[in-house]
Amino acid sequence: MLEIGGKRIAMKEQRPKQRIRNFRSVPCGYTKEEVIAEAQRCIQCIHAPCEKMCPVQMEIKSMIREIVEGNFKQAFLIAKKDNAIPAICGRVCPQEEQCEGVCPLAQTGNGINIGKLEAFIADWAMENGVKEEFHIKERLEKVAVIGSGPAGISCAVDLRRYGYQVTVFEALHMAGGVLQYGIPAFRLPKNIVDYEISYLTEIGADLKLNHIVGQNIMFDELREKFSAIFIGTGAGAPQFLGIEGERLKGLYSANEFLFRTNLMKAYKFPEYDTPIVCGNAIGVIGAGNVAMDVARCALRLGAKDVYILYRRTKREAPARAEELQHALEEGVEFMELVNPKRAIGDKDGWVTAIEMFRMRLGEPDKSGRPRPIKIEGSEFIMKLDTVVESLGTKPNRLFLDMTPELETTKWGTIKVDEDLMTKIEGVAAGGDAIRGNATVILALGDGRKAAKSIHEYLLRRQ
Amino acid sequence: MTGRIIVKKDLGGENYLIEVTTPQIASRFKAGQFVIIRMDEKGERIPLTVADYDSGKGTITLIFQAVGKSTRQLATLNVGDTILDCVGPLGKPSEIGEFGRIICLGGGTGIACIYPLIKALVNAKNEVISIIGARTASLLLLEDEISALSLRTCVATDDGSKGHHGFVTEVLMNLLDEYKNSDGVQRVVAIGPPVMMKAVAGITRPHHIKTIVSLNSIMLDGTGMCGSCRVFIDGEMKLTCIDGPEFDAHKVNFEDLISRLEMFKEKESEALKHYLNIKGVSKCSR
Repeated sequence: MLEIGGKRIAMKEQRPKQRIRNFRSVPCGYTKEEVIAEAQRCIQCIHAPCEKMCPVQMEIKSMIREIVEGNFKQAFLIAKKDNAIPAICGRVCPQEEQCEGVCPLAQTGNGINIGKLEAFIADWAMENGVKEEFHIKERLEKVAVIGSGPAGISCAVDLRRYGYQVTVFEALHMAGGVLQYGIPAFRLPKNIVDYEISYLTEIGADLKLNHIVGQNIMFDELREKFSAIFIGTGAGAPQFLGIEGERLKGLYSANEFLFRTNLMKAYKFPEYDTPIVCGNAIGVIGAGNVAMDVARCALRLGAKDVYILYRRTKREAPARAEELQHALEEGVEFMELVNPKRAIGDKDGWVTAIEMFRMRLGEPDKSGRPRPIKIEGSEFIMKLDTVVESLGTKPNRLFLDMTPELETTKWGTIKVDEDLMTKIEGVAAGGDAIRGNATVILALGDGRKAAKSIHEYLLRRQ
Repeated sequence: MTGRIIVKKDLGGENYLIEVTTPQIASRFKAGQFVIIRMDEKGERIPLTVADYDSGKGTITLIFQAVGKSTRQLATLNVGDTILDCVGPLGKPSEIGEFGRIICLGGGTGIACIYPLIKALVNAKNEVISIIGARTASLLLLEDEISALSLRTCVATDDGSKGHHGFVTEVLMNLLDEYKNSDGVQRVVAIGPPVMMKAVAGITRPHHIKTIVSLNSIMLDGTGMCGSCRVFIDGEMKLTCIDGPEFDAHKVNFEDLISRLEMFKEKESEALKHYLNIKGVSKCSR
C-alpha cells in the first residue's frame, strides 16, 4: 500500500536559540490550512482505537471529521463535551502513549497529530468567543470539591452538568493546581490556563481561593455542609534524596524552583516580587517531565550550563519524548548513569559542587527498567552553583494529617474502590491524590468517573 | 480571602500595626500559628505573625517592621484598603498546658508574635514571666499589654534606653538563677531573631529546661509544597510551615536556619531598590 495518510504536517516551533530567551510557547500552532490538511490524513478507521485509549473517551474521530469540513465550532463542542480543558490537554497529554500511539498511521511514525488538532480547535474557540451552551437542570444537593487542579476541575464541571451545587476549595491564591504552579508557560501558556479554568465559574461552580481544608475549613465541617465530597488534592509535596548538604543555599526541590518561576513569575523579577537565584551551572537530578521543565526554565533564567543528572540512561528516562527532545535541542546536557552522593558547599553555605557515583545498568527491577547499580569507588565531583532535586512528589501530608479517617497506602496516596469512592460515605478521590505522580488526563478521567459515582450515590440516597 | 484594613497604627521605629477583617482566619486562629498575605497581583507571598485576633469581630492584628519591599508597601496601605490574599491560620498551634512557671522571651518584632502565646499560657493558669527586648526603647512593642498579663515583666534594650542595658539573654540568665531555689522554671519560650533564639537555647540546655522557639524560615506556599522552609531538627529535615513553626530549641540547627535566611538577600535589596525607584522615593529622604 502506498503511504496511506501521507506524512504528518510538521508543527512550526520557535527556534531553540530564540526560544531560550523567552517564556512564550515553543510550538507556534497549526494554521487553519495546516489543521485541515492534518485532519484530512485521518482514515476514519472503523474501530477508532484513539478514542478507546483516551482516558476521557473523547470522540476523536468525529472531532477530526468536523475539522476536515471546517466546522471548528462543532469540533470544539465534541471535544469539550468529554474534556473540560481541551486546550490544556492538547498541549500536555502524553498523546504518543494514548490516542496517537494507537493510530493505525503511527506504525510509520505518522500518526495523526491529535493533540495539536485538539489544541487548535480549543484555541480557535477561545479566540472566537465560541462556548458550550449548557442547560443545567438544577439539583439542590451541595457537593464540595477539594483542589482546583485537573481532577478537581473535571469533577466540578461534570457535577455542575448533573445539576449539583458545587463549591471548589483551593489552598493557593490561584486556581489550577499543577497547571499553574508546575507546568511552565512555554509549554502551557498561562492565558490558556486562565481561560479554561474560568469555565469552572462560568458553569456556576463557586470557587473559594486561599481555603485550606484542614486548616481554615475543616473536613468535618464539609461533611456536615455538603452531601458529597471529591478530594483532588494532588501530589504536591516534594521528595528529597536525603543526602548530605541539602541544607545548602542554591539547592531547591523542583517544586520550589517551578513554583517561584511559574506561579510567582520570578522570571519577571523585580517587576514581580518573588525572586529566584539561578546560577550559571545547574544540575537537575531526575529525568521526568518535571526535570525537563526545570532544566528549560533554568536556561530561560540565564543559566549557561544545564545538566540533567540521571541514574539510568536516556532510554529509560520517564520524560515524554517531545519534552526530552525539546530540552536537548535547547542545549540541555544529559548526563547518564550518575547518582548523587552529597552536595558540597562553601563557607557561606552556598552549594558549589555535587559528588556523584557512576552507575551501571543491571537486571530489570519491578518497574521493568534495568536497575541502576552503583560502581564502588567511582565517585567524582562536578562543579555546580545550583542543584534542583526533581525526584517526583507525593501527596501532601498537611491534608492527610488532618483527616485521619481517610485510609491511605504506604505511599501516602488515598485508598479508593473501583468507583473512586473512599471508605467514608459520600467521599470520592481521584488524580494524583490516589495515583501519586500521574498525568493531567488521567486526573481528568478520574474527576469525571468520580462525578458519576457521586451522582449515583446521591441518586441512591434519595 | 481578601482582608480589609480597619485599624492602622504607626508604632514608631518603622513598626506598624494593622487590624484586618478576615473572619475565617480569626475564627480558627490559635496562638503559635501564622498567616501568609499577598498584596497584589505581582506581590510575593509573605508569612506574618499574628499579634492578636478577635473571633467575635472577625479580625486579626498584624504587627510588622517595614524593612523590605513588601513590608514597606504594606505600610503604605491605609484604613479601608484591602490586602488581595490572606491565608491562614497556617502551622501548628502552640502546645498550651499547665506547665508551671514559664519565661517568655520576645525580641524585636518577636514580641508581637509571643503576645498571643503569653495570653494563652496565662489563661491556662501558668505563672508567666516575660522578658522583652529591642534595640532601643521606642522599638519595644506591646509593653503595657504584656505587663498587664504577666506576673512579672523585664525589659532589656541594646542601648540601655530602658530596663536592662544589654540583651534579653542576660536577663534570662539572672532570672534562672533567681528562681533556682524556688521550684525553678519549667519552660522557656523564645521568639525573636534567630541569633537570640540560638543564645537562649544555649543558656537553657545545661539546665534541662524545655525550650520552645518559633522559626521564621523563608516560605512560599506555607502548605508543605516547596521545601523552601526546611529546617533540621535533630538532624532530620522538617518543614517550618507544616511541622512548625514551633520546635524544641535544643534540637534546632540554628546555623542552617541563619544561613538559609540569607538565600535571597541580594535579590531582596534589588527588589527594594526597584520599588523605591518606581515610587520616586530616594533613599535619603526617609
